[in-house]
Order: sequence, then C-alpha cells, then structure tokens
Amino acid sequence: MGDLMTTFFSGQVPVEAYLGVSLIMFFAGVYGFLTRRNMLMILISIELMLNAADINFTAFNRYLFPAQLEGFYFALFTIAIAACETAVAIAIIINIYRNLTSVEVGNLDQMKE
Amino acid sequence: MDYSSFLQMHEEFSLLGIMVFLLVYDIFAGEKAMKYFQPLALILLVIHTIYNAIPRDAFSIAGGMFEYVPMQSYVKAILNIGTIVILLQAHKFLNEETNRIKRGEFYFLIFSTLLGMYFMISSGNFLMFFIGLETASIPLTTLIAFDKYNRKSAEAGAKYILSAVFASSISVFGMSLIYGSTGTLYFSDLATLITGTPLQIMAFVFFSVGLFFKISLVPFHLWAPDVYEGSQTNITAYLSVISKGSAVFVLFTLLIKVFGHLVHQWQPILYGLAIASITVANLFAIRQQNLKRFLAFSSISQAGYILLAIISGSAMGMASLVYYVLVYMFSNLAAFGVISVIEERTGKVQISDYNGLYQTNPRLSFVLMLALFSLAGIPPFAGFFSKFFVFSAAAAQGFYVLVFIALLNTIISLYYYLLIIKAMYLNQNENPIEKVSSDWAVKLSLAFCTLGILAVGLISGIYGQISLLSFGM
Repeated sequence: MGDLMTTFFSGQVPVEAYLGVSLIMFFAGVYGFLTRRNMLMILISIELMLNAADINFTAFNRYLFPAQLEGFYFALFTIAIAACETAVAIAIIINIYRNLTSVEVGNLDQMKE
Repeated sequence: MDYSSFLQMHEEFSLLGIMVFLLVYDIFAGEKAMKYFQPLALILLVIHTIYNAIPRDAFSIAGGMFEYVPMQSYVKAILNIGTIVILLQAHKFLNEETNRIKRGEFYFLIFSTLLGMYFMISSGNFLMFFIGLETASIPLTTLIAFDKYNRKSAEAGAKYILSAVFASSISVFGMSLIYGSTGTLYFSDLATLITGTPLQIMAFVFFSVGLFFKISLVPFHLWAPDVYEGSQTNITAYLSVISKGSAVFVLFTLLIKVFGHLVHQWQPILYGLAIASITVANLFAIRQQNLKRFLAFSSISQAGYILLAIISGSAMGMASLVYYVLVYMFSNLAAFGVISVIEERTGKVQISDYNGLYQTNPRLSFVLMLALFSLAGIPPFAGFFSKFFVFSAAAAQGFYVLVFIALLNTIISLYYYLLIIKAMYLNQNENPIEKVSSDWAVKLSLAFCTLGILAVGLISGIYGQISLLSFGM
C-alpha cells in the first residue's frame, strides 16, 4: 500500500489503480441494475458498466501494449454503440411514459403469469 | 491501400444494396408504384438468397477482421430463407391501413438486423463481432416495440433492450479482459494465446454471457417469455429462429476457433446449461396457457438440444447444428405462421381458444400439427432426423448421460406438444374459432414450411452437403 501511495504522489499512476476503478464501476453498475426501480437509473447503471469496460481497454492498451491502438479503437466504437443503445432505450422509455405516465419497472406487469 | 478485396463480401454488399434501394424507393415512389413495394422486396431478397447460397473459397480480408469460410454461405442462406418466410407471413399485417406508412421502416429494420448477423457470423475480430451483435440487436429492439400504441409492445421493448444491453456490457467487459491478458483481439492470434490462465477463464465466462443471452439458455432466459408475448407475432418468429440460429452458429465457431484450449472449462459449463435449459423450459412449458409464451419455452428447450451439438465440438457437431437450425426454422415458422394468422384475424392466442379448431380450420390445424410433431421429433418428419443427428454427435464424444437426460426430456416435450394437438382435434367446443381466410402470402409461406418439414428429413443429400463443409476441433 505504501508503494502504491508513493507512486501516486510521484505522478505515476499504476495500471492496477485504473483496473480497480473500472472494477468498482462495473460492479456498481451491476448492483444498480439489479436494485434500481426507475428505468432511467437502470440505463445509467448499464452505462457505468460499459464505461468500465472502456477504461479497461484504454488502460491495458496504454500500459501493456503501447505499440498498437486496438484497445483505443475498441473503446471509441463502444462509446458510439453505447450512444445508439441509449438513444433507442430512451425512445422506448418515453413511449412507456406516454402510455403509463410512469417509468417505474414495477408498472411493467402486463404480462405476468 | 487497395480496397478492391472488400468486394469479396458478396452477401453483405448485396443486402446493403437492397436496403438502400428499398429505402430510396419507399421515399420517392408514387402511390401507384408503392403497390409493388412488397413483391419487389421479396423478389430482390429471393435473388439475393439464390445468388449467395453457393459456397465460395475461404478468404480473409481487412487484415483478418472479416473471415469467410464456405459453411457461412449455408448459414446465411438459412437466415435469408427464414426472413423471406417471415416477410410473407407479415404481408397482411403490413398492408393494414395503420401500418402502411411504417412498411418501409419494417423492411429496413429487418434487413439491418440481418446485416448485423452476417457481420457477426463472418467476424474475425472481437470488435467486428461486437459491432455485428449490436447491429443485430438494436434494430431488433425497435421492431419489438414497433406498435407505438400497444402497451404490451412497449413493455416488451423495454424489457428486451435493458436486458440485452446488460448482457452485452458484461460481454464487453469480458472482451476487455481477454485483450488485457493476450494483447490482441484477432481470433486467429487468440487461438494460440488463450492457454487457460484463471483470468482468461473468467474473461470467457463474462464474454459468453452475451451469446447465452441471445440464445436464451436457462439462467439467461427470463426475458424470453415476456418479449415473445408482447411483440408482434412475426417479430416473435424472427426472434426465436433467425436471431437464435445465428447466435448458436457463432457460439460454436468461437468455442472451437478461439477458446479451443479451454475445452475442459467450457464443456462442463455447456453441460450444465444444456440440462438446465431443456429440463426447466420443458417443465415451465407444460403450465403455459398463452401459445406465444408456450412457444417461447419450447424454443428455450430447443436451444438446449442445440447445445448438445455445440458441446461435441466436432465436425459432425457443426453439421448437425446447421441441420438442426434448418429444420427448427421450418417447424417453428410453420407454427408461428398459423398462430399469427389466427391472432391477426380473431385476436385469440390462448390454448383453450384452439379447442375444436379442426372443425372450422382443418388446413391450418393440419399445418400446426405437422409443425408440433416436427418440433417434438416424431419419426417421419424432419424434426426426428435433426434430433437424431444432434444426439449422435454428442454420443460420439462420450456424453451418454447427457444424451439420456435429453431423451427423457423429449418424452416430456411430446406431452405438452400433444396437449395442443388434443385441443385442436379432440376437445369439444360449442363455438370454436370461426373460419379464417388466409391471403396468398401466408398460404405460400405455410406451404413452403410444410414442404420443408416433410422433405428436408427425407432428402439425405441436404445433410450430406452440409457435412461436406463442416469443420471441428
């Protein structure tokens, strides 16, 4: 722990720190997805998970394989795809709001057995 | 740089051409020309299918991003045939007054889903795979939520997109770990670099969630019944056949090409998933009252049978997998075709509504009976042969217990498939569903599916042709 702190304050951030951040983000997203009851919050949780993967890609690329750019490109494409997904999801959520005047997942119970 | 090698992507370019042409046609065609929109689209798709069904030599372009093997031509042809059948079945739905304006969108979305699946099947890199997967699933979501004023449809759309994005983000996280442990994303390089370190095993488990979700295997199946029930019936058919069929083929090729060294790790995983999928789905299917939910569980258990072909990992496994998808497509599309006709004309989807259907609609009930017999695997129909090949592929690799459990489950499945046949033929009903008149397009599609169910099992050349091109570990 002491070594980690010294490298932090000397201006070099080790790759483990990035991976720690991304892991926390990822599982915060999973937790949010499972516990939140508002569809917009669920969407935000999913975005957290996707962004965690992006951090992983860029950190791995920068620290372990600096000769290529594969990880950076993957992160760029993931951001674009995440934007598409969010656009479609928000459109559907707006449609649900018009139908139900609510965005709580508890109200999506039309098809329960 | 020389881009001419890109022209080798025949399937993708011709489908893209059709898409763009239809989009422009839809915008600029006059009232008179719009009458020909659907026949034109179908004819173009048929030409596209025939032109691309002939396998070519394997090639790899864009530095290995796009890898073609001859088998992919057959898989893409199966997907094309399924799409043609579904478009025929949706013909009436799209001609209704309220939907006519959205017709161009429907075709464009369904074709872009297909294009995404093409790229997913032919991908040689995880980036390409991910883009293909998402190009397939985002337009599919909009198709599920197609009916804006129907609450069920919107609900199904929300359920699908939230769980699909959840699964694919877990999958992307897995890909990032694979990248971190090997430094490359190309399938050809990964085959030797993945050696079975703990990080790689974890990465594999994370990654495979995305595909397991698409195939709707048991722990990942909870979205399926609701989405199948809520979406328009033709889209349900698309979800259960085309989307699933492409995902199982990709799973097979990835497991043998990329994760070949992890065979002792993924075989137990698939073993458990296959048993869970077949058994749980069969038990839940028995107590369904809604036919679309019923077919959702039936398709989950069919996916479990397909896993038997995947788990073998052999060339025989691949041949039986493609054959199974072909037969499953014909049987499932015939069943969904009948259900969609009856639902559109009368609005009835409960099993109890089908009591005495034989008296008023003998032909439709006959087609549905053939489809259910084929799904259950009764000998003269194609479903028997496909199940037989899948079981023998798994048995050849020594999975006798698994095959035995699957065989026991076919008996359970026979029980619930026969429940519907009993409802149609034996149950008495004072006022059964009135006689429904089906249009030429649905008749054509059902005749084609019936022909497929009867002929594919008996013409042995089809399986032989498929097995010529299949490859395994």
